[in-house]
Amino acid sequence: MARDALMDFDAALEKFEPVIGLEVHVELSTKSKMFSSASNVFGADPNTAVTPVCLGLPGSLPVVNREAVRYSISLGLALGCEIAETCRFARKNYFYPDLAKNYQISQFDEPIAFEGSLEVELDNGDLVTIPIERAHMEEDAGKLTHVGGTTGRIQGAEYSLVDYNRAGVPLVEIVTKPIYGTEARAGEVARAYVSTIRDIVRGLGISEARMERGNLRCDANVSLRPRGDEKLGTRTETKNVNSLRSIERAIRYEIQRQAALLDKGIAILQETRHWHEDSGTTSPGRPKSDADDYRYFPEPDLLPIRPSRELVDELRAALPEPPAAQRRRLKAEWGFSDVDFQSIVNAGLLVEVRETVDAGANPQSARKWWMGELSRIANETNVEPASLVTPVQVAELQSAVDAGTINDKLAREALAGLMANEGTVAEIIEKRGLTVVSDDGALIAAIDDALASQPDVLEKIRSGKVEAAGAVIGAVMKAMGGKADAARVRELVIERASA
Amino acid sequence: MSDITEDTVRHLANLARIALTPDEVTTLASELAEIVSAVEKVNEVATADIPATSHPIPMENVWRDDVVADELTSEQALTGAPDHDGSRFRVTAILGEEE
Repeated sequence: MARDALMDFDAALEKFEPVIGLEVHVELSTKSKMFSSASNVFGADPNTAVTPVCLGLPGSLPVVNREAVRYSISLGLALGCEIAETCRFARKNYFYPDLAKNYQISQFDEPIAFEGSLEVELDNGDLVTIPIERAHMEEDAGKLTHVGGTTGRIQGAEYSLVDYNRAGVPLVEIVTKPIYGTEARAGEVARAYVSTIRDIVRGLGISEARMERGNLRCDANVSLRPRGDEKLGTRTETKNVNSLRSIERAIRYEIQRQAALLDKGIAILQETRHWHEDSGTTSPGRPKSDADDYRYFPEPDLLPIRPSRELVDELRAALPEPPAAQRRRLKAEWGFSDVDFQSIVNAGLLVEVRETVDAGANPQSARKWWMGELSRIANETNVEPASLVTPVQVAELQSAVDAGTINDKLAREALAGLMANEGTVAEIIEKRGLTVVSDDGALIAAIDDALASQPDVLEKIRSGKVEAAGAVIGAVMKAMGGKADAARVRELVIERASA
Repeated sequence: MSDITEDTVRHLANLARIALTPDEVTTLASELAEIVSAVEKVNEVATADIPATSHPIPMENVWRDDVVADELTSEQALTGAPDHDGSRFRVTAILGEEE
């Protein structure tokens, strides 16, 4: 693949104004699919979570999942949208084997939610309001695996294998209006927006929102217009952007690529582009069909949805606190510095830390666990920290530390036990024999041994060099197999010195 | 009258990934034009005071509870498949992309 010419980012921004638009797909975590009673599961054997509806078999008919409609309304409300008095489903016709029917059931001119706005917070705390055009209900498509060819990429594929487990999984597609004025922060704004949506849907409990599993997907539209122009430039739509970091990178890349073309007087093609995580580049997909080519028409197999105002009010009353407001409150309650708090937000761990605090841990410890040990392990094993342990388990672990039952080192061992599903914190401490030695007699004996080989330590402590106790603490720890309470050992050593 | 032309037919065939011979294009253009004209008769009675509807019977909010039922096994799912690999449908590779 020929590498695209790129213009320097700052130079590109000097000449052109970027305008972005974002389409976010959220897979809802209902038990069953949008229009069929097949289960909505991830990772099942291929074509086992299907019914005749998912396979588009003749005579099968879709029926709307009521829970999915409720979830969609909740999401629409959380995005500040109006909820339609009445709305309809539509067929979006396209011929590709990821949907067996040759059409996707979606919504066209009558989305369930429209005209909203969402306040998002940037890394430095600045707030940006993102205008939302609509949020509509639709179904996800099946998964294709392309086989053959030289690279395994679609162009060289000889045939494709289709798994319809994902076909029909309920989706809400959230579409922004064009977002102006983001300038050099276009990518950051997009990332913050998707991150906020993730927080919202998790807070609502309507989606797992795991980007690496495709529960949350973002298509980024980018166009440039010469400084001073009113007219919007031709846009590209970049797909396959599967992490928060990639969203930022993909937008930056498109700005630089388009600027280089426009600068040479070459027109931008309106097309879909694919993001490649490994190379950090985009490549062209197909030219974007006109909406006309989808031949949208009202879905004759489904009836209109008319959400009662009582239902809408009920769901509105049950909405959790908006993320930006919640952040302001938590930051104040926890007494964190801007930097400490923002680092949690930027790591996408606010929900975990909050739930750990809710489960009884103090905020500092909760932060330390998630930003420290758990992030480290997650990084090494290439998973999300949240997939390692639950916030409740972390709180239990910290409570054992606070009670002096285990020290930090033993707590890390207990954590390994939790990740290996060995039981509750108490059970793991018991089974692995992790309790700290709280018997002063045993500690004093070990201290005496240590002092015998380092006789000058007491002298140093007496002359004010309290840090000299560290050498003894280390030796005692080693003698006790790490099961000593360091703070208690320190107390005992200092008592010794002042005796 | 209808505005179905041979170009329209070729465009639709392309979208639907159907290969048509020039003769078929000619035949289909005239047949589709007749069909569309027949359907257009509705316009004679559908005046401005009759609201458009997507369903003949005025009903709404027909839904089901969020319960899993009636799933097929992969063997059942693949019964009618022209080709498969034992658990997945096998189809000709098409240059395109997931929606």
